[in-house]
Amino acid sequence: MQIVRALLTRLATTLVTLLGAAIIVFVVIRVVPGNPIAMMLPPGATDADIERLKTLYGLDKSIPEQFWIWIVNVAQGDFGTSITLRQPVFDLVIGRLPATLELSLIALVIAVLIGGTAALTATLYRDTKIEGGIDVAGGVALSLPDFLWGLALILVLGVLWPLFHISGRVSPSLGFDFHSNFFLLEALLRLRFDVVFDLLGHMLLPALALAIPLAAIILQLLKQSLKECMHDDYITLARTKGYSETSIITRDALPNAILPTLTLIGVQFTFLIGGTVIIERLFSYEGLGNMAIDAVINRDLPLIQGIVLVFALLFTLVNLLVDMTYAALNPRLRHA
Amino acid sequence: MRDARGDIRHLPGLRLWLSGGWLLLLVLAAIFAPMLSPHDPLEQDLFAARLPPFWEQDADPAYLLGTDSLGRDLLSRMLYGARLALTVALVAGTLTCLVGATLGLIAGYYRGWADLVISRLVDIWMAFPPVLFAILLIAVLGTGLTSIIIAIVVIDWTRFSRVVRAEAMSQGAMDYVASAQVAGRSRFGIALAEILPNVLPTIVALLTLEMGIAVIVEAILSFVNLSISTDEPTWGGMIAEGRTSIYQAWWVLVFPLFALFLTVLSFSQLGEGLKEYFDPVLR
Repeated sequence: MQIVRALLTRLATTLVTLLGAAIIVFVVIRVVPGNPIAMMLPPGATDADIERLKTLYGLDKSIPEQFWIWIVNVAQGDFGTSITLRQPVFDLVIGRLPATLELSLIALVIAVLIGGTAALTATLYRDTKIEGGIDVAGGVALSLPDFLWGLALILVLGVLWPLFHISGRVSPSLGFDFHSNFFLLEALLRLRFDVVFDLLGHMLLPALALAIPLAAIILQLLKQSLKECMHDDYITLARTKGYSETSIITRDALPNAILPTLTLIGVQFTFLIGGTVIIERLFSYEGLGNMAIDAVINRDLPLIQGIVLVFALLFTLVNLLVDMTYAALNPRLRHA
Repeated sequence: MRDARGDIRHLPGLRLWLSGGWLLLLVLAAIFAPMLSPHDPLEQDLFAARLPPFWEQDADPAYLLGTDSLGRDLLSRMLYGARLALTVALVAGTLTCLVGATLGLIAGYYRGWADLVISRLVDIWMAFPPVLFAILLIAVLGTGLTSIIIAIVVIDWTRFSRVVRAEAMSQGAMDYVASAQVAGRSRFGIALAEILPNVLPTIVALLTLEMGIAVIVEAILSFVNLSISTDEPTWGGMIAEGRTSIYQAWWVLVFPLFALFLTVLSFSQLGEGLKEYFDPVLR
């Protein structure tokens, strides 16, 4: 019973957060600038144009009424029509979301691989120069944000040694006809490995830029937890049984040390998704974040609003999922 | 005891000196930019466009670090760019710290409904990608230095309030707070005289970290052309220009990127070093 109550409380706070996020977006976009219509219209619009738009968006009503109309529409998935692209915002956002999700997930996988390997290696070679080197590398990786890593990667692996693509999502010259917007998944399912490699060649640098800071965080926490585990009795027992150090670390210590890292990865994953906004811009990757920046530059308010809300929804859902996974994985919480 | 202390202090000491040294150099460069700059940072000379830095073959010694695609001197632009970067770092960093730390202190020490409201706000804030939030705010507020500073304070106060709240909560449970209460001090007096001094080391370390973040946010905003007016020299603007001409003139990207790298690294290392310096356990 306890778990159901905890779940319901968690769901309620999620809803409160989402409602709060919607209010913030509404306030920032509708109330602060004073006259949103002026921002939506090209210079030289007539008074009649202004009046027509005002009625269209319900701006002639009171603020609470406006909010009600707006929130009801938003809840139904009606985010309005993009001013610059003249298409429903919902369709535009859904069209771009897969690109951002694929990039974020690839980045997450890279971060876990690099961070995890580094932590295991540092534990295996603890108190040696190798551990010291990994610590220093982790410290630098953590001090610099994804934006700077992206630029450094463009210079080194895009220009100096042009091994990977530095812009776009897929080479148009491949002439591959996608039926969905999940390019990577679709190419995999259709067994077109040339396309898969091309996609990964485009994704690798932006994904790496997003992954480096997270890999450093994973390294630090996992190494710390592993270090604590190595003093436990079952490790001594495994050692007396004659298992190799590598096998002890990966098979005995790792499963016991991994839980805090998993929770942290969940929380940090939202930061990683947030980083896609500028990283997509940097690599001209056609995802949600890149579209958001265009929308801001073009003052396309309905589109901005839609994208910000989708990000907020994504973030709260990831957080909810993390909490639930944590509860499911941690036996102490399950029976509490 | 002495030896262990020497070992631990050695590395942070070096870090503090190196990062402090670079930041001092930067402050001097920013203050004396008009005297140090060999050219007007806005002056264009299309006949001197995309000149490489001095060690390359076609270089012009009048342009030490080369020029961009409009023939503007990179060194002069970097020196002037340091002014904006440092102004944003100091002003936005300090204001963010004041707002965030105050709210964190209130939430962590006074608890009750104030804590409830502030913590909920933090949750809501965490639902937005910070870069997108900042860009959105600039779109609404208009470009300019004041807007950049407001945007940074608005997006980043949670970084301080979360940490300070947790610290204030643990300090509030300490015996010395209880004894101050018994001695009849007011809650406000305790918050200022007892809690704040104990949370201060954390705040100082976070503050330097925040200054580095502010520099990055400003660079990102200039990169997408939403910082101050487009002519004004900014590191982010130079990086954006360098990104587009990367195959023709790599130096346009490399120099401002290098400056940004060192500055952000210095701020974060300064923060780490100060944290260790202040930490009574490590000291």
